[in-house]
Amino acid sequence: MKIISKLWIFIGVLIVLSPLGLLLPDHFKAGSAWGEWGAEEMKELVGYIPKGLEKLSSLWSAPIPDYAFKGWEEKPLSSLSIAYIFSAAIGVFVCAGAVFILGKLLSKKE
Amino acid sequence: MHIPDGYLGPGTCGLFYLIMLPIWTAASRIVKKTLNSRQVPLLAIGAAFSFVIMMFNVPIPGGTTGHAVGGVLVAILLGPWLACIAITVALVIQALLFGDGGITAIGANCFNMAFILPFCGYYIYKAISYKSPVDSRRRVIAAGVAGYIALNIAAGVTGVMFGIQPLLYKTASGAALYCPYGLNVALPVMLGEHLLIFGWVEAIVTALVVKYLQKHSPELLLEGRKS
Repeated sequence: MKIISKLWIFIGVLIVLSPLGLLLPDHFKAGSAWGEWGAEEMKELVGYIPKGLEKLSSLWSAPIPDYAFKGWEEKPLSSLSIAYIFSAAIGVFVCAGAVFILGKLLSKKE
Repeated sequence: MHIPDGYLGPGTCGLFYLIMLPIWTAASRIVKKTLNSRQVPLLAIGAAFSFVIMMFNVPIPGGTTGHAVGGVLVAILLGPWLACIAITVALVIQALLFGDGGITAIGANCFNMAFILPFCGYYIYKAISYKSPVDSRRRVIAAGVAGYIALNIAAGVTGVMFGIQPLLYKTASGAALYCPYGLNVALPVMLGEHLLIFGWVEAIVTALVVKYLQKHSPELLLEGRKS
């Protein structure tokens, strides 16, 4: 098998395993990454929400926020894991697609 | 390491967009010159790999989480300029589709993870592996060391970006407008957690894949020298 196909299989395995990035932090009771708190979390940490942060933090509303479907915040971890795998697959697909388009535009024709 | 919207003031955000603009331009120019269509599939895998590896949040028990970027590996395989493009694609998609990293902070996040990280990693790898044969153990070690150091430099720069915000932006009463933590907190925390845990993740991922490629596709490790 060509190495490129092998590497794609490797990416596929990573997609399927990606919920580990959700389940392990949950198991070890680890919170957000440092400096990536939401406005509410920030209030708990420092006692107030910095004014500029409050304004900017809601600037962009991503279609699949935090790799979960909208309105799924209260769903159990099993559902969130499915959403996570789904997000990983979409992300990989869009990344690869974007690179192929960029590559077409940039690469020398041989 | 994905700085969200609202943590950096407008000046800082603008500055790093301005800094990244010529880097992106140079990258596309260099890529235009050196990329051949044979490399495009590998570049796509690079972007996809970086995207998905960043989803593997590693916990510090009872504390925070962090992750590898995979950017050093991409730089070793494709060179730092192509890596810059691949990681930029991953970061932009993370910000736009998944809200991971802010829209206003794309310049800053790309500076840390798509510029500092692959360039530091690439040159550290080259310096350590020097003229050693492609299948040598030294290259595996070089890959690991490069991953570890480069991720930590990037984390340190991120910490500085966070930490200078309270100095730059505050209200008349002295309350922070954006990131409320100064250098005395942001820098040691960002550096500490990456030195302790996340740097090792980048090191292990980078070294293991290089070791695998030595066995199964050593020609990929030669190609990284160009571009």
